Amino acid sequence: MITASNLSKSYNGIQVLKIENLEIPKGQSFGLVGNNGAGKTTYFNLVLDLIQPSSGHIVNNEIQVNKSEDWKAFTSAFIDESFLIGYLTPEEYFYFIGELRNQNKADVDSLLAQFEDFFHDEILRKKKFLRDLSKGNQKKVGIVAALIGNPEVIVLDEPFANLDPTTQIRLKQIIKKLTEDKHVTVLISSHDLLHVTDVCERIVVLEKGEIIKDIQTSEATLKELEAHFTT
Amino acid sequence: MIKRFISFEWKQFFRSSSWQKSIAINILMIFLALYMIVSFLALGLVLYPALKKLYPENDPFIMFNGFLFYWIMADLMMRFFLQKLPVMSVKPLLTLPVKRKTIINYVLRKSAFSFFNFLPLFAIIPFGIMLLINDYDAVNILVWVFVMVLITLIINFVNFIIESLSSQIELSFLPIIAFVGILSALNHFNIISFAELVSKGVLGIVDSPVYILIPVLILVALYQLNYKALKQKLYIDNSLKTKTQEAKETNLEWTKRFGDIGSFLQLDIKLITRNKRAKSSIWILLIGLLYGLFFYPQPMYREWEPLFIFIGIFVTGIFLINFGQFIPAWDSAYYKLLMSQNIKYEKYLKSKFTLLAASVIIMFLLSTPYVYFDIKFDLGFKIILSHLAAAIYNLGINTHVILFAGSFNRKKINLDERAAFNWQGTGAVQWLLGIPLMLLPMLLFGILFWIFNFEVGVIVITSLGILGIVFHQKIMKHINSRYSRSKYKMIDAFSQES
Repeated sequence: MITASNLSKSYNGIQVLKIENLEIPKGQSFGLVGNNGAGKTTYFNLVLDLIQPSSGHIVNNEIQVNKSEDWKAFTSAFIDESFLIGYLTPEEYFYFIGELRNQNKADVDSLLAQFEDFFHDEILRKKKFLRDLSKGNQKKVGIVAALIGNPEVIVLDEPFANLDPTTQIRLKQIIKKLTEDKHVTVLISSHDLLHVTDVCERIVVLEKGEIIKDIQTSEATLKELEAHFTT
Repeated sequence: MIKRFISFEWKQFFRSSSWQKSIAINILMIFLALYMIVSFLALGLVLYPALKKLYPENDPFIMFNGFLFYWIMADLMMRFFLQKLPVMSVKPLLTLPVKRKTIINYVLRKSAFSFFNFLPLFAIIPFGIMLLINDYDAVNILVWVFVMVLITLIINFVNFIIESLSSQIELSFLPIIAFVGILSALNHFNIISFAELVSKGVLGIVDSPVYILIPVLILVALYQLNYKALKQKLYIDNSLKTKTQEAKETNLEWTKRFGDIGSFLQLDIKLITRNKRAKSSIWILLIGLLYGLFFYPQPMYREWEPLFIFIGIFVTGIFLINFGQFIPAWDSAYYKLLMSQNIKYEKYLKSKFTLLAASVIIMFLLSTPYVYFDIKFDLGFKIILSHLAAAIYNLGINTHVILFAGSFNRKKINLDERAAFNWQGTGAVQWLLGIPLMLLPMLLFGILFWIFNFEVGVIVITSLGILGIVFHQKIMKHINSRYSRSKYKMIDAFSQES
């Protein structure tokens, strides 16, 4: 589904990302881990064509992302708060995203109904603008908005950060359910090794912009990762 | 500590990505400043001989002091619209071992070094020298210059209070208009003659310099007042964190009629109505609409047709210029979202164009009552024709120009305005882009009017506008590719705090 070839990104001559070849097949739940500055967000920004690669390219479902905008129809993402529109209420925001993804109000409403639990009654019908929500609640809105319109590729940068424990567990269930029928490809990054091994069937470890581990998740994965980051 | 603060600001200024893009604007600002300095210098030098010549029997020094009240009012107005109050991001400093006192004193004292405090000196000192040459008492003049410096500083801190009041309410220019208006009215109707009061006061101090203590005390009091006001703002639960307002949902279903761009129009309308910063452009609409009333009642202006075009451009294009010049920066806070969502640049730009075009048409329709002046003064519908030509020019040319210019926009707008000390967008730069948009058609018309006649001018201006409308698709394509090319740069710039 998503293929990066000879991909690299450098700022002022300093390389921050170098991926020879990374192929993420359709329907995979793909996890990216690495310390700060390892290049996780850089990779996601490149997938979303928010920054320009210094060399190489990314192909998303046979569409080269920096050549055509057609990948946007089946890709959605939540990277950070700059994906939210502060002066809208959560409902308005969801409907706006819905309209961009050709979903009518009823479609959006029925999707939102599935996330009543996840919202924990703190999001909808609260008469609050997004800018006045707490960081955690903003994140919930952003994540759910990324699920609107049946996207085939979902990119979530550190979805577990800032969430309370209950919501973290619920989010794990949501992601697992998404990838159940092998139709949706999910890319997430996380600093929480436990969560990421729980949710992802494949984990790639980045260090200083390069892939140093590519693991199919198994019982031993968590131990392996912990050992890796301890040294 | 003060040294650090200064170096922080230096870095903030030169390291921001808008600096690199706005060198042209900075140069323009420098020219503007030089122009003002030269004007004031000329005023200072010419004033004495001019007054002497016009009113040989009066003492120029006393006459000047008679005008002092108006000088003060003009200074206040000018500062309100042009002077930027010091902005500083204080939140990171609050938990550090920096005394609140230091921060506040720094901010207040910095404002004393504003260009606008030095500008009057360029007129006052030459005027003082002219007085000295003409055998006025040196001590008196020295005291007078000193009093003027004090008055300038007093104005500075009064303006500080007015502006921080303004930033809290919606009608941001109401306090200044009210303040200046009430004082001027009281003076005009001789209820309290401030002009006389100020003049007598200043002359009194010049006569017996002991009284200089009075302006000094006023200055100290104002400083303390500002100090107290700012101190309250330095708690995060006060002004650093805005009150959460209850969100009212608005029904904007009618935007659906615009088809695929409807959702963007809806977004823009919410942007304008729900953010303080953007909301001000609604109030500016009102000022723009009434702008013609300053000119048309006066015969002096009525006889000069190029002015009609200028007013036409201004009235029909006020929203276009005021709101349009910050496209796409209005959306800077969530630009990444827009760029990764399922939309094409083309559609985004189309919705902005529609909004601007609609504003021009609506403003033209609202401005049709100006036809009253046509009829009353028997101008042969020249005003309304000029406005129509100007509206068409705005539609065809200025909308495209402003969208094109937007692709060079690299400055993030902070819609939320959470931080105190944030009076973003009240500076002079805001109006710079508007100048060529308004002056160019007026200039062109002026030349045609001068060589040929009124009709030729109107026809050419209208034709230019129609040409722009005819080639709309082509032009938009070109603008579109400009935006696409600067996409990455814009994303990068918009993710930086300004």
